[in-house]
Formats: sequence, structure tokens, C-alpha cells
Amino acid sequence: MGLIVQYVLYMVLLVILAIPLGKYISKVMNGEKVWLSKVIRPCEKGIYKVLRVKEDEEMNWKRYLGSVLLFSGFGLLVLFLLQMLQGHLFGNPQHVGGMSWDLSLNTAISFITNTNWQAYSGESQLSYLSQALGLTVQNFVSAGTGMAVLFALIRGFMRVKEKGIGNFWTDLTRSVLYVLIPLALIESVFLVSQGVTQSPNAAESVKLVEPVAVDTEGNIIEDAVIEDNQVRVNGVLLEDAQVVTEEVVPLGFAASQVAIKQLGTNGGGYYGVNSAHPLENPTWWSNLIEMLSILLIPASLCFSFGRSIKDKKQGKAVFLAMFIVLAVALGSVAVAEQTAPTVLTENQMLDTGTTDQAGGNMEGKESRFGIAASSTWGVFTTAASNGSVNSMHDSFTPLGGMVVMLLMQLGEVIFGGVGCGLYGMLAFAILTVFIAGLMVGRTPEYLGKKIEPYEMKWAVLVCLATPIAILVGSGIAAALPGITDSLNNTGAHGFSEMLYAFSSASGNNGSAFAGFGADTVFLNLSLGACMLFARFVPIVGILAIAGNMVQKKKIARTAGTLSTSNGMFVFLLIFVVLLIGALSFFPALALGPLAEFFS
Amino acid sequence: MSDKNMLNRAVKDSFIKLNPKTQAGNPVMLLVYISAILTSILWVISLFGIGDASSGYTLAIALILWLTVLFANFAEAIAEGRGKAQADSLRAAKKEVDAHKIPSVTEKEKIQIVPSVSLKKGELVIVKAGEQIPADGEVVDGAASVDESAITGESAPVIRESGGDRSAVTGGTTVLSDWIVVEVTSEAGKSFLDQMIAMVEGASRKKTPNEIALQIFLVALSIIFILVTMSLYTYSLFSANQAGIDNPTSITTLVALLVCLAPTTIGALLSAIGIAGMSRLNQANVLAMSGRAIEAAGDVDILMLDKTGTITLGNRQADAFFPVDGISEKELADAAQLSSLADETPEGRSVVILAKEKFGIRERQLSDKNMVFIPFTAATRMSGVDFDGNEIRKGAAESMQQYVESAGQIYSKKCDEIVKQIASKGGTPLVVTKNHKVMGVIYLKDIIKDGVQEKFADLRKMGIKTIMITGDNPLTAAAIAAEAGVDDFLAEATPEGKLEMIRDFQTKGHLVAMTGDGTNDAPALAQADVAVAMNSGTQAAKEAGNMVDLDSSPTKLIDIVRIGKQLLMTRGSLTTFSIANDLAKYFAIIPALFIGLYPGLAALNIMGLRSPQSAVLSAIIYNALVIIALVPLALKGVKYREVSAGKLLSGNLLVYGLGGIITPFIFIKIIDMLLGVIGVA
Repeated sequence: MGLIVQYVLYMVLLVILAIPLGKYISKVMNGEKVWLSKVIRPCEKGIYKVLRVKEDEEMNWKRYLGSVLLFSGFGLLVLFLLQMLQGHLFGNPQHVGGMSWDLSLNTAISFITNTNWQAYSGESQLSYLSQALGLTVQNFVSAGTGMAVLFALIRGFMRVKEKGIGNFWTDLTRSVLYVLIPLALIESVFLVSQGVTQSPNAAESVKLVEPVAVDTEGNIIEDAVIEDNQVRVNGVLLEDAQVVTEEVVPLGFAASQVAIKQLGTNGGGYYGVNSAHPLENPTWWSNLIEMLSILLIPASLCFSFGRSIKDKKQGKAVFLAMFIVLAVALGSVAVAEQTAPTVLTENQMLDTGTTDQAGGNMEGKESRFGIAASSTWGVFTTAASNGSVNSMHDSFTPLGGMVVMLLMQLGEVIFGGVGCGLYGMLAFAILTVFIAGLMVGRTPEYLGKKIEPYEMKWAVLVCLATPIAILVGSGIAAALPGITDSLNNTGAHGFSEMLYAFSSASGNNGSAFAGFGADTVFLNLSLGACMLFARFVPIVGILAIAGNMVQKKKIARTAGTLSTSNGMFVFLLIFVVLLIGALSFFPALALGPLAEFFS
Repeated sequence: MSDKNMLNRAVKDSFIKLNPKTQAGNPVMLLVYISAILTSILWVISLFGIGDASSGYTLAIALILWLTVLFANFAEAIAEGRGKAQADSLRAAKKEVDAHKIPSVTEKEKIQIVPSVSLKKGELVIVKAGEQIPADGEVVDGAASVDESAITGESAPVIRESGGDRSAVTGGTTVLSDWIVVEVTSEAGKSFLDQMIAMVEGASRKKTPNEIALQIFLVALSIIFILVTMSLYTYSLFSANQAGIDNPTSITTLVALLVCLAPTTIGALLSAIGIAGMSRLNQANVLAMSGRAIEAAGDVDILMLDKTGTITLGNRQADAFFPVDGISEKELADAAQLSSLADETPEGRSVVILAKEKFGIRERQLSDKNMVFIPFTAATRMSGVDFDGNEIRKGAAESMQQYVESAGQIYSKKCDEIVKQIASKGGTPLVVTKNHKVMGVIYLKDIIKDGVQEKFADLRKMGIKTIMITGDNPLTAAAIAAEAGVDDFLAEATPEGKLEMIRDFQTKGHLVAMTGDGTNDAPALAQADVAVAMNSGTQAAKEAGNMVDLDSSPTKLIDIVRIGKQLLMTRGSLTTFSIANDLAKYFAIIPALFIGLYPGLAALNIMGLRSPQSAVLSAIIYNALVIIALVPLALKGVKYREVSAGKLLSGNLLVYGLGGIITPFIFIKIIDMLLGVIGVA
């Protein structure tokens, strides 16, 4: 009972926070006055002045797209060089060396595409400068780019017989200044209060409460008795054993980066194990806030959408479709994890029958969070294209792991990334009205705009970009003999690890089945290509649709018009999203998680 | 042509359509076509012992794939059949004749005989009784009864005369009596008959934007399935390597899987649905100039309907006489009858009859030397008779008032009241005068057609507004509009008024359909989204419209909307069905394929199919047969009801969505059992 309350609480809190934020974002992006305007407006104007941006200058879709690509390309180049040259730059108290070219390219792509796939480990492979000036900056602007493109699309629906879909520089500036920075500021202050590190100093050494013994490979020796630097197990002296008395506490600007990695659906952890790390996510409270901020902006954008097109019902319908899938996914993962017959119960070593015993699958989960908070996080982070983790998805039950994988394979449209989740879902809405519209005997329209071959061409590309990237990427990888070296497991689970990696990259998610060794030249490049394809093909498509829609007239709504805000449409939209996902991935899932489940 | 002949022809055409050029026009079926070729090659290779599947199995798959292609061809051929038959009979009408060319209207005797094909635009020909009209044109002189059955199928002759709105004649029709001089308006090869042949035959059929959009969706799905099957091959290779066994998937099976998954059902039927929609329209005797026009008809949400003939019976009938200013009713009736004697319109006849019924006033001889009939003209807007030195006139209140007052007489208040009273009841008042003095008013009653109220209510449920167009004054129009239940009306309609109204609706985002026949309708027809020109109308009207109604029936617009909607619904429903089918096909093939690798996957074999080979064969046989099974539906169109969009959607979704999920489970299982009975695999 208490568990169900916990799940419901997470969902309810999300909705309560998302509604007012949605309204706020809509106002900001439409250039209306908000309560923060007094403080931020002067900064905003200053930025335009320095960058020589004419605030109200409208761009047609090609110019808008050009600006997006130019901006992202520039970010890619800077980040790529910064990481390779970080060894020679300042802000590097740990004296971290430069990255290899392929890893640097992969990481740079990963951050400009809002993916935050991490083939590296932050604390050992990145300097403070790279983290702060490279990654954190991209965490802001890649999310801002998503939001900007979304609002360009919204303008395409709203405006009638025009050419311009807004100004990218203005949209980007506003989304970062008014939305991302204030929210990240609040969250990072809160996280610091919970004990997340925020320090310019190099890592510190701390004496352990109790010394531990390790073997030559660094593994902790169980049941060791340490006396006078000598290690004995059951009275037998181990000559090779070493005694460890100090631990290294990695420091750096974690809180500030953690806040935006959660809010901006980035997910790139400051530390290698992401939010499972006690310095990145120390308490139940920090966990709650980090978890909610994963979905906060994507969820509120649904309401912004409704408000901006002056038809709140449309926004609610899209929100509801996403919310229902999220709830069902959460329910399935929760049941799968909570009731999992772990190896322990099978061996009669653990009794799950009593109320005090959590039972279920605790493997790979932090005991300070438990199953509920871990499952919820897992679903939230894969529904949104966030990718941060507080538990190891690799250790989820086969079905639990399948659900989180499927959420990414759906194209990251169940809330999805900041901006990109919603515009992806709107492309699915276009597909849905196309089929459904025909069934009511009219050529299809969405929000009063006719869906014609041009829109259809781009909408299918937007919807299918993720499946295409996953299938091609993993298809090629599966054929290469070398891929097995990267796997932590064999058989169906090993296959799942590889499938998960490509799903994550192609969904611009960034999470991984732990144990997958991603830092090879092939994987760095192929996953990088997947990330680029799945990020920019939809952006091109969405802006092309926006540019074409904005020129069209608005069709009047009558009783013969297909409603896109009632329960039937919500159901159909969900159905189409699931159908495309299922049709694309049924064979793959059958060979991975399903095979594992049924064995 | 009989059904049997049509069937034979379709079967023959199915093979002719195997031409790669024809196949290339339909990407989804092209995929099947290539797959069929590929598996055939695999079979030939397997005969030499090279390959990953048995040669019998490969042959079976190849044959079924070829059948699938043929079935799709057949669907298209049978849909084209009716049109081809119609085109054949039209071609028979289009024979070359001798045209009697004349230099000018005044020189009718200087006939020069030339072949009809050599006629140029603007040349004049004279056509006499019993001759075929050599080309499309306008009647510039004379009047004749014309047999247009070759085009309309209607055997009753029609009158074609110079001036007015009945001046257009079509090449290939025959003059039955009298003569006409025709100015040629189209050159050989571009005539109405040529267009008609091309349209019904589907030769000039271009894919509509909606068809293209749907095809893009289908191609995208096919591409995804190509990637699914290709990646499945490497996945399977990977998994088999891990398990240390041979790759369980053969290329043949993957090709079969690909064809099963690709949206072949809708891909095969797509063009048949479009042709059938066009053909249904032809059967309703409407000729669409493009497929696009039919689709637009489905989108229309404003119907501008002419009052006369659509909402009311064409003929208004005299119902009462209202005398004024001390005239007796009988005197009025007498004058009214006199004025109407030469009036051959139904209204005129009804005045004569009413006078006879009420007062026993007998018809007088038309040939009476003392009578001079004054016909109705647009300039005077009245008609009547000069008889025994009396000038009797009747006409619309407005023009009569002017006529009376200009002669210095009084247009009495009483008369004005009666006129308004009649108008407010939806009737048409006709004022009768004798020697410029008002005698009284004839009440012409408009009779609303049976069942129009229900019809309009149904249309309203579908979100279609009806606008009544009438030349009546606003008072009359309002009364009739209220009685008939139309949503709005345009009274005292002028061509400019109509055009403006259409533009107004269009800027508000509506799509407008209208019918028209006169030359002055042409601008409005050109502006409307769906514009149906009457075949009896002028050439200008026909050119401005995007459909021609051969029956010249004003109610046709409603049928056209129905056909348009039905076409789109059929397309959507079969697409849904086709995609919904994939679920069952996955459940048939995937577990079967990998049971050897992961025995646990048997749990997904919910149909309990006997063997991997049988599962694949059953799925692909189902896939081929379902095309043939759905041909009648594609030709006939899905059931059409006049209900709201929401109800239509849920109804169709239930039948074609849910049905599409369940049906293949049942039939694949049955086919699997049948294969077991005959001992295959």
C-alpha cells in the first residue's frame, strides 16, 4: 500500500508542478511579460546587442534550420577540441589528459544532441574546465535548442498564411535565460543543501572508518581480519593482500551540472555511475527533486503547447497520451521489479513473505532509494530522453529492462527530451490524424492545417528516424565479430546490452546497460552517427513541416472534423506510437529480453 | 460487356501488368515483385544444392509471391474494367464524320464538306436533323432537339438553342430535328468526348495528393520492414553464434517475412480504390476532371444548393388569386390566364389550370389573330399579351411597380401588402396588370421536396452546412429556407453575390461546393472547391467547373459528397486493416523462427502453428488471399453513414482496426491446419 502511494505521489507531484510551469514557458516563448522579466529582460537585451540579433526578425524555416545547424555544429567543434586539448588547458587540477579523437567526437556529439551518452567516466577522463565550460554549457543550450524548434513548430500551426516561424537566436536565448537557468539555479542550491559537491578543489583523500583489504586486482576480500597491516582470512595469512586506509573523494562543480543534466533531459552524470553516486544524489529528498526534474519541463511543454495554440484541450490530449503510457510503463516495471523471483528467493535464502522485507529485485539498486524510487527513476529517465540513472538498468528483470528499452525505442516521445519529445509526439499526431482522418471521409488535417504529401514525407521521417538508427546501427554491430568484446554477458542478455546501447544513442537518451564497454572506435563512431541522425533528421523535418504549415490557411472546424482532443484521439495516438514501436522492434525484443524472460 | 467478359479481360490484364514499368508505379507492390524474382532465383540456385532452405519450400514461397503480385494486378484490372467498357462504347460514338462547314451565320448555303477532325476552334458548322454534331461547340444560331444518349445514357432528347444557358453541344451527339449552327470550341483530340474517354478509362488518372501522401507512409513502413528483416538476419546470426548453432533464419524466410509485414494489402488495393471511386462517380453520371476533385468533395463542408430542383420541386404552382382595387377574383383569373397562355413554363401552365379549375375559364385559341404575345425578357422582366387593344402584363412585384408607376398609375398599398404577405409565406407573388392598372396578385406556391429536411439534418450531423441559393427576394427565401431546414440562404442571388459568398466562406477556412450552368456562373464555379457544371450548361460553365453532371440534376451534389467521403473512408479503413494485420503475422513467424534458438519463445506461438515452415507459408498465403477477398470491398467502398466524425471513426475503427487484428489470427491458424491436412511441411 505504502508503495503504491509512493508511485502515485511521484506522478501527482509531476502534474501539479508541470501545469503552472507550462503556462510560464508559453508566456516566455511568446514574448509576453512574466514576473522574472524585470530582472532578466535587461540581460536578454544585452545579449541581443552583443550578438547583434534583431529580436523580432522573423526567419523562414530554412534560415531557422541554418541557424540551428550552425549553432550545433559550432558547439560540436568547440567541445571536440576542448576535450582533446584539455590536458594543456587550465582548470585541470586533477591533471587529466586529453581524450582520444574518437571518444572526444562521440562525447561532443553526445552532448550537442542532448543525449549525454557517456563512453567515458567523468571523474577520471574530464577536466573541470571541460565539464563546466563544455558539457554544462551544452546541457543548457542543447535543451534550449529543442525548446526553440518546438516553438517554431507551434508557430507553424498557429500562424496563417505567413512565412516566418520565429527567430532561433531569440528563442534559444529566452529558453535558456528565463526557463533553464532559473530552474537550474534553484535546484542546484537545493542539491548543495543535500550534500552534493560543488567545489573547485582537486579530489581529497579521507581516512576510512575502517580499513579494507583488497587483492592484487583491487577486489575487496570478504571476511578479512586486518591486524598490523596483515590480512588473514579464517586464520590464513594472505601475502598478496593490501590494506586500504584512505579513500579519494572526487570533487568539482557537481551540483550545478547535476541540476541542469536532470532539468534539460541531458542525463550526463558528473560521476561515472551518475545519480547512483552518493555525492551526486545523497538523500531521498535529492532523489525526489532530481527525479521529478527529469520530466518537469517535457511535461509542462504539453501545457505550453495548448496555451500557445489557444486550445488548451489539444495540449491536454497530448499530455494525457504521454501520461497514460508513462503510467502503464511505470506499472509494468514496478510489478516486474517488485515481484521478481530473485536468485535469492529461489534458493530459499530470502523470505519475501514478511512485510518488513522489501523482496523483489534489489540487484543494482541503491538501498537508500529502494525499488520504488529506482523503478520510477528508470521509467522517467527513459520516457524522457534523459538517461541519468540511480540504479543499474542492466540488473532490472528482463521485462523491466524491456520496458525501459522500449520507451527509448518508441522514439523518445513519452514526454521525451526538452522540446524534442513533444515535437516528436506531434509528428506522431500527424500520422495518427492521417489514418484516422481518412476513416471519417476527409483528407486529413491537424489543428486546422491540411496534411499533404510534403508534411507526410517529413512526419514519417521524424517518427522513423529513431527506429531506422537503431535497426541499422545494431544490425551492423550484430554482424561484427568484435562486438562480443564489449559485452558483459552472453546470449540473450548480451544481445540486450548491445540493443540497449543503440536504442539509447538513437533515442538521444544516454543511459546504458552497465557493463557495456562502449569506448571502442567502432562504437564511438557508430553510436555517434546514430545520435546525430536521430537528433537532426527530426529537427530538419519538424522545421520543414513548420515552414510549410505556416503558409497554409486554417480549415474551419465542423462536426465532420476529426476531434484531436477527445479520448478517442488519445487512444489512437497511443496506439499508433506503440504500433510503430512494436512493429519495428518485436523481432529484436524477442531475441533479447523476451527470450531471456521465457528461458 | 458482360461480367464474364470483364473478368476474362481483368485476368488477362493481370498478366500484362507484370511489366516492370507498370510495377514501378506502385512501390509497395514493386517490393513484392522484386521479392518474387529474388525467391525464384533462390529456387533455381537451390536446385543445384546451394542455399539455406529446401528447394520445395523456396519454390512454394516464390509461387505465392508471384500470386500476390498477380492478385494486386487483378484488383486494379477489375476496377478499370467498368471504365474500359464505358470507354469502348464512348469510342463507338466518336467516329469521324463529315462536317458541314460554313463561312458565316448569314451564308448557311455555302457549305464546304470537311472531315470533322480538321475542324479548328472558332469555325462554324451547320448540323441538320439526323446528322451527328462533329465537334464540341456553342450554338450560335437556330434551335434543335438533340439526342445526347451517347454521352449521358439518357434517351429523352434535349433542346439546344442559341443564346441562354442551353447552348452547349457535345461532339458525338446527334441532332434529331431542326438545325443549328455551331461554333466549334474544341479541336480534335481535346473534345469533351476525348476527355471523357480518358477519364473513365483511367488513362489520364494521376495520383491525387492524398494518395501520394498515403503512399509515402506506406513506403516508409516498407523501408522500416526492410531494415527490420535485414537487421533480424544479423541479430539471428549473432544469437546463433552465441549459442554455437547454425543461423536458423534463411533468406527465403526473411523475404517472406518482409512481404508479410509490408503493407501489401493496402498497397495492392490503393489504386483499385481510387479507380473504383471514380467509376462510382461515373455511374452517377458525373464526370470528374480529376481525382483530386472527388477527394475535395469529401472535404466539402458548405454546399451551395440551387433552390429550384434541389430544395423545391422545379415548378412553382399557382395557388390563389388575390384581386385588389375593386377587381373581382374572376376578372383577375381571366387576365392571368390570358397572360399565361403562351407561357410554356410549368408556372405559366399552372396559372392557366388554376383559372380553369376555379372559374371554368376555358383556354382560348393561341392562334387568335388578335393576340400578340409578349415573351419574358431579362430587360423588361415581365411577360403578357396584347389582346383586343388591352395590354395585359404579369411579372415580379418590383418590375411591375416600376412599369405601373412609369405610366403614371398608382401601385396600391393593398397590392404591396399582399405581395409581402405571399413572400413571407415562401410563395412567389406575380402582379397582374391590365392597361398599366394593377388587377391583383397571383400566388405561386413553392413546393418543398419530400425528405429534404431529413437530408439536410443528416448533412448537418456530418458537419456540412447547406446554403440555399435563390433569385427570390429575402422574405420568400427566408420562409422557404426555414421550411426546408437549410442552414443559410442567399436571396436575390447574382453571380457576383455567389462568388463573394464563396470567397467569404473560403477565407473562413471552409471548402465550398456548388453547381452551376450559366456562363455567368463561371467565375463562381472557378472559385468553388468542388464545382459541378451541368452538362446542359454553357461551355464556359463546363470549363470553369471540375466536374460535369451529365444528368444536369441539381441534387447530384449530395451524391458527389457521399462518393468522395466513401472513397477516403475506404482508403483509410483498408490501410488500418492492412497494418493491424501485421500483429498476427509477427506472432505467427517470429516464435516459429527462433524456437530452435530459444525454446522458451514457444510461449509466444499463441496460434499453436505446427512448424516454422508451415507458419511462414500460412502467413504468406493469408497475405495473398486477403487481397482477393477485399477486392469487392475496395470496389464497392466501405459502408457510408451520415453521422458525426466521432461515430464514423469509432465504427470504422472497430470493424477494420479490431477486425484487422483478429481476422489474421483466425485465418492463419485455419490455413496452417489445412496445410497439415494436405501434408505440407
